[in-house]
Amino acid sequence: MTAHPATAGGNPFRRMGALVLRNLYLVRSSWPRVIEMAYWPTVQMIIWGFITKFFLTHSSWLVEAAGALIAAVLLWDTMFRGNLGVAVSFLEEMWSRNLAQIFVAPLRPWELVGALTGISLIRTLIGVVPAAVLAIPLYDYSIFAMGLPLLAFFTNILVMGWSVGLVVAGIVLRFGLGAEGLAWLAIFAFAPLSGVYYPIATLPPWLQPVAWALPSSYVFEGMRAVLFDGVFRWDLFAWSVGLNALYLGLAAAFFLGMFRVARHRGLLLDVGE
Amino acid sequence: MSEPAVAVDGLYKRFGPVMAVDGIGFTVPAGTTAGLLGGNGAGKTTTLSILLGLLLPTAGAVRVLGHDMLTRRFRALPWMNFSSPYVDLPHRLSVRENLTVYGHLYGVRGVRRRITQLAEELDMGAFLKRPVGRLSAGQKTRVALAKALLNRPRLLLLDEPTASLDPDTADRVRTYLERYRDAHGAALLLASHNMAEVERLCDDVKILHQGRISDEGPPGDLIRRYGRETLEEVFLHIARGRDGIAYIYDMEDR
Repeated sequence: MTAHPATAGGNPFRRMGALVLRNLYLVRSSWPRVIEMAYWPTVQMIIWGFITKFFLTHSSWLVEAAGALIAAVLLWDTMFRGNLGVAVSFLEEMWSRNLAQIFVAPLRPWELVGALTGISLIRTLIGVVPAAVLAIPLYDYSIFAMGLPLLAFFTNILVMGWSVGLVVAGIVLRFGLGAEGLAWLAIFAFAPLSGVYYPIATLPPWLQPVAWALPSSYVFEGMRAVLFDGVFRWDLFAWSVGLNALYLGLAAAFFLGMFRVARHRGLLLDVGE
Repeated sequence: MSEPAVAVDGLYKRFGPVMAVDGIGFTVPAGTTAGLLGGNGAGKTTTLSILLGLLLPTAGAVRVLGHDMLTRRFRALPWMNFSSPYVDLPHRLSVRENLTVYGHLYGVRGVRRRITQLAEELDMGAFLKRPVGRLSAGQKTRVALAKALLNRPRLLLLDEPTASLDPDTADRVRTYLERYRDAHGAALLLASHNMAEVERLCDDVKILHQGRISDEGPPGDLIRRYGRETLEEVFLHIARGRDGIAYIYDMEDR
């Protein structure tokens, strides 16, 4: 069959861009959504900023790197927003009963995964950057002073958020909107294990191997190494990249597997609880 | 002879103990309109979902525009589209925004021009900037149809295409669909409970009952064969059996 006269042929980036555009239209149409995205990271940053001020007079550990708690909260929120950016963007299609329309368009499932991660990046930046900027006048602390290591931490923690978001999206696709609460809750299981606010060595010895199986643990340890010792730990960076590549691949495979189950069971039209 | 737009052979779909589609087979030649009729649960939506690639069959072969939908659906999908009242478009996005997104998803060249053209043809100019959630049911039906026509499909699957439309608009939409089919040599596959619509639009009708094709043929032939005056009477005859339709006539005579 020759090229379709009305179409420009198969361009996966245009199709992924279409879904990103759909979300930008959505954000543009609703200021409450934009405020909601930035609200929680900002509130978190303010709370931890005051806690930091308090501990500066009571903790010699924190005096060495005053920004450690603020940087930790901003990176944790990057992971949380990365997860929400994937899972909630997928949920938006289910809430609007739009999923079947998308899947009968020539959009391949892996292109949907790509689009969700792109949307997640934008939503995360909208959420976290204002909080990071606000920390400068409020607490005289700029996370951007970390320089290039910040980019490495941000990317790694965001990718872990994507993995969690894809697994949640797969579960919701399989079990329906009754499981949508996981989009907000599932990620918190990783908070105590990731050493967000304390070193992994604080955890009981039997739990530490579990923590070291998470890319996020390497990110937060790496962040503390930069802030306290002024050293960028390439070994920690390599571990987080390797584990992220593994988990992102597994999460994408899980989502695509759930998509196939949904096609067997007729779940793509029957979207509900 | 060219390959049919749709070729279904030995199609089965089982959901647990329920056989939703039970060994059906049919073809829809290019440039024609076929209708799938049947009561609730007859297997129409299941069949359409399999044709669209949304659902995998338990067994059978499905070819759309010459492509195997089980293994190469992405070769067929750019050439087909569908409209159904059971799916929706994002409510917060305007009509134009929704059509723009789908224009890009289908890789349509000149998306703005195509939207303007469809807005004129389907009389949507007045509400192109309005969010879809604020449209009337009839306006939503027209927008869904516009989305289905964006990529100038060669196969158009339509589930209740004139639902919620007033008689005048419904008639104009039917005329539009006939012209579209004739101008583009497209195949239309229609699932509808509006028998007058099916009689007017369809060259061929498949009547589904409990997942099987219980009868098929051109509407006029079916009406003559069953000795009825309308396709609706034929449908009731098949759905309820000869006794059921006799009972209805009996009640009307009283």
